Amino acid sequence: MLHQISSPHAHKVFSTSQVMLEVVVATIPGILVLSYFFGWGTLINILWAGLLALGFEAAIMVLRKRPVGFYLKDFSALVTALLLALAIPPYCPWWVTLIGIFFAIVVAKHAFGGLGYNPFNPAMVGYVVLLISFPVQMTTWTLPSTLLDGQALPSLMESLRVVFIGTPLVDGITSATALDIFKQKDALMVDQLYAQTPMFNQGMLAAVGYEWVNIAFLIGGLFLLVRKTYTWHAPIGMLATLLILPVLFYDGGSSASKGSSFFHLFSGATMLGAFFIVTDPVSGCTSNLGRLIFGVGVGLIVYVIRVWGNYPDALAFGVLLMNFAAPLIDYYTQPRTYGHSKRSHARIKKD
Amino acid sequence: MRKIWDIPGGVHPPENKLQSLTESLADARLPDQVVLPLSMHIGAPAKTLVSVGDQVKAGQMIAEPAGNFSAGVHASISGKVIAIENHPVPHASGLSAPCIKIESDGQDTHIDYSGTADYRTIDPNDIVSRLREAGLAGLGGAGFPTAIKLAPKAKINTLILNGTECEPYITSDHTLMRELPEQVVRGAELLAYVLGEPETILIGVEDNKPDAIKALKKAAEGTRVEIVEFPTKYPSGGEKQLIQILTGEEVPSGGLPADHGIVLQNVGTAVAAWEAIVEGKPLISRITTLVGEALENQCNLKVRIGTPVKELLAQVGYNEERADRVVMGGPMMGFSVLDKEVPITKITNCLLAPTKDELPEPPPAQPCIRCGQCAEACPASLLPQQLLWYSQSRDHARLNDYNLFDCIECGACAYVCPSHIPLVQYYRASKGDIRLEEVEKQQADVARERFEARKERLERAAEAREAKRKARMEAAKAKQSQSGEGDIVAKAMARIASTQEDPGDARAKLERQKQTFLERIQGMQNKVLNAETDELKAKFLAQIKNTEQKLAGIDEKLIGLGAPLSTESTSSNADAAPTDAASEAIAKAKERAEKMGQMSEKEKLQSTIDSLNARLAKSEQKLLAAAEKAGDEPDDIVEALRNGRDKLSKKLDDAKDALAKLDEEAN
Repeated sequence: MLHQISSPHAHKVFSTSQVMLEVVVATIPGILVLSYFFGWGTLINILWAGLLALGFEAAIMVLRKRPVGFYLKDFSALVTALLLALAIPPYCPWWVTLIGIFFAIVVAKHAFGGLGYNPFNPAMVGYVVLLISFPVQMTTWTLPSTLLDGQALPSLMESLRVVFIGTPLVDGITSATALDIFKQKDALMVDQLYAQTPMFNQGMLAAVGYEWVNIAFLIGGLFLLVRKTYTWHAPIGMLATLLILPVLFYDGGSSASKGSSFFHLFSGATMLGAFFIVTDPVSGCTSNLGRLIFGVGVGLIVYVIRVWGNYPDALAFGVLLMNFAAPLIDYYTQPRTYGHSKRSHARIKKD
Repeated sequence: MRKIWDIPGGVHPPENKLQSLTESLADARLPDQVVLPLSMHIGAPAKTLVSVGDQVKAGQMIAEPAGNFSAGVHASISGKVIAIENHPVPHASGLSAPCIKIESDGQDTHIDYSGTADYRTIDPNDIVSRLREAGLAGLGGAGFPTAIKLAPKAKINTLILNGTECEPYITSDHTLMRELPEQVVRGAELLAYVLGEPETILIGVEDNKPDAIKALKKAAEGTRVEIVEFPTKYPSGGEKQLIQILTGEEVPSGGLPADHGIVLQNVGTAVAAWEAIVEGKPLISRITTLVGEALENQCNLKVRIGTPVKELLAQVGYNEERADRVVMGGPMMGFSVLDKEVPITKITNCLLAPTKDELPEPPPAQPCIRCGQCAEACPASLLPQQLLWYSQSRDHARLNDYNLFDCIECGACAYVCPSHIPLVQYYRASKGDIRLEEVEKQQADVARERFEARKERLERAAEAREAKRKARMEAAKAKQSQSGEGDIVAKAMARIASTQEDPGDARAKLERQKQTFLERIQGMQNKVLNAETDELKAKFLAQIKNTEQKLAGIDEKLIGLGAPLSTESTSSNADAAPTDAASEAIAKAKERAEKMGQMSEKEKLQSTIDSLNARLAKSEQKLLAAAEKAGDEPDDIVEALRNGRDKLSKKLDDAKDALAKLDEEAN
């Protein structure tokens, strides 16, 4: 039986599921480093979030009367869960993750039409809902393992109890994040802060632990760049901004210091954001120039909020705000088409 | 070394070119029958020159070009024309179109070809028309009439022969360049001559054809023809892309390369042109690649135009079981054919019969995640993901904003799409929709213009009328003010007076009428007497009454003219025959009496009442007329009339009373 198929007849052996799986693979260095410095919490988060995401996705597919298996196989729900799980603190209570995933999958993704139609990054929507609703749970991190004086991170069983039963973490191992500590330095000069804080004086580029996490995500991101999963425009745009702005605002390390470029590049969610969040194609910009502007915008917002805002980190806000701006950016950044003398852009719709 | 440029985007699909290049070019078996579509080129279909039953020789023109934007069709075998009818033609939709079918006589006798070895003795314009006659149409795939491209309006400075053949699997141009390099170069020189010897003559070839490049370079030694190789990338062979690669220039959107001094021809077309002019051979065969794992023997064959696909496939061991589809053209832009009766045409460069494993059907499409791989692959720097979005929502304005019509449908975007979305199919559908919309819009515009023109015309006519009317009015006013009002009234009076009849004439006329009516009444009364049924009688009576009333009207007028009166003496007043009239009156009275005798008591009474009524009405009228005439002065006539009327009304009252009494008795 002959088939009638429209051209092209040849196709690259590559699929959306593979794109998603590549992203998952690229996070492995980050996951390993996080687990090394912060214990089992990260893995528990990932597994629990993944389970919830698949569950919500399947339930929604049943509700929307779509083939469940076909859509679960695109792995997009898993990627969303993974990114949210990596962004929230390890040892987050189970219900926090549940609420986050619910908002990410059900509200941010499917309420807007499902994969490919969500205007906002689902993982970041989930994250912002949690950050605003449960600030205590969302800012409770542990000390990096190398800084624990004689104490140990919770074992697997203890970790499960912390997450699912609510057993509190042992006093003395909880800690604010490096960004938080830096923000609360009050009247201290940067030198003084670094001298009296082990997290900083033992670090090379930024703070112990966090710098390694960022390096690991950077490695994963470079892998994806080499694989051409996405173009360099958005990540480089964001990182360049976080490199240049601290230089412009550098004041030699006063008590009002805004932090060095290294500090901003290798703290918090910078690398995770640059290579795994701002690269989300669905909610980002379409053209290369647009992506560059998108990345710059996120970097700018992150820096402004870190330095002058109320939150220690601001990746989620940066991404969501730029998601709003994406259609406008797209409007002005359409590439110049072959045979046209200048770039055209879509006209404002007249109804 | 000539500088070459890169094009944006592009993809590197597996080339799959080697399997069809193992053998050298051979002739395909002579077909038993050929099907020659009248339209194997873009433009007007050729006009048939033969009829069913005609014997034709190979190379004989069987359909002539219909105008400039057309190309001739020639018999590709010798034999008999067996049909001129609709037949499935190579088209993505499985369309049928008019074709000439020729049954082979097995002889393969050709006409006597007469060429001109030294074509430089012929005027370039004559070469162009000879090429049109020879049926030349772009062999690269589009089938654009070669003659049109060779007669550009602008001065040409660059001639490019396209030997890129960037589509995977296809090797027909490769074979040609490898085996007939001299002809390619000679063809280039011929085309250069026709185009007025442009400064630059290039043959562009992708670097995956080293043997062809070597052969061409050797053949081009000592000529102005330059062979340019460039890196293999799909779709470098697109006309616009190749121009960009070789010249660094872009053909403006909607423009033609010729407007910028560039003409691009396929290498196969150049060879065919050379054969047509130097050897006098029209286009009756071409090289077609037969490839795909469902074929036992993958090769290139020189095929007679019009050979059915089925016949050609049979020669190379086509395995129906293994084949997943048959594609005309390459895997990137070719279309699948379901009916294997379709013929090979001038543009069929490849028949691809892949197995299911070789070119698997794409899996079901997943949602677009806007990953942008398509935009990276697009050679025209479009945003295919946005075009998909607006194709799905049928937002034609936005599709135009995103330059949908600059899409060359190369398929690179769909090739890389990880969600396996048939992007090109969406764009084709949208282009079709937009074209249709434009046609409809044009039609609507024309209709609106016509309506508005008509409205305007009618308004103009109305205005002209109004203006005329006004002018007349003005003229009349002007006249009036000249002559003064009193004069006008006097004139009007005089006019009325002049139209009035002389009283004597009017009277005579009325008398004549009266006479006619009297005669008619008499005739009626005879009829009443002879009437067989009561109904008829009643009818005639009614007619009589009617006539009598008219008679009364005439009397009245006569009175108005001052005639002597008396109802009873009406007839005696007739000037024509007074004695006759008297005897008539007597006869009338007699008849009336007779009639009365025949009637019942009640009928009699009714009849009396009727006639009384009539008489009363008459006398009333007379009275009125007399009174009017007399004015306020006392008058004898009026007095007499008034008495007569009173008597009549009394009589009428009596008759009515009698009738009422009769009715009472009856009840």
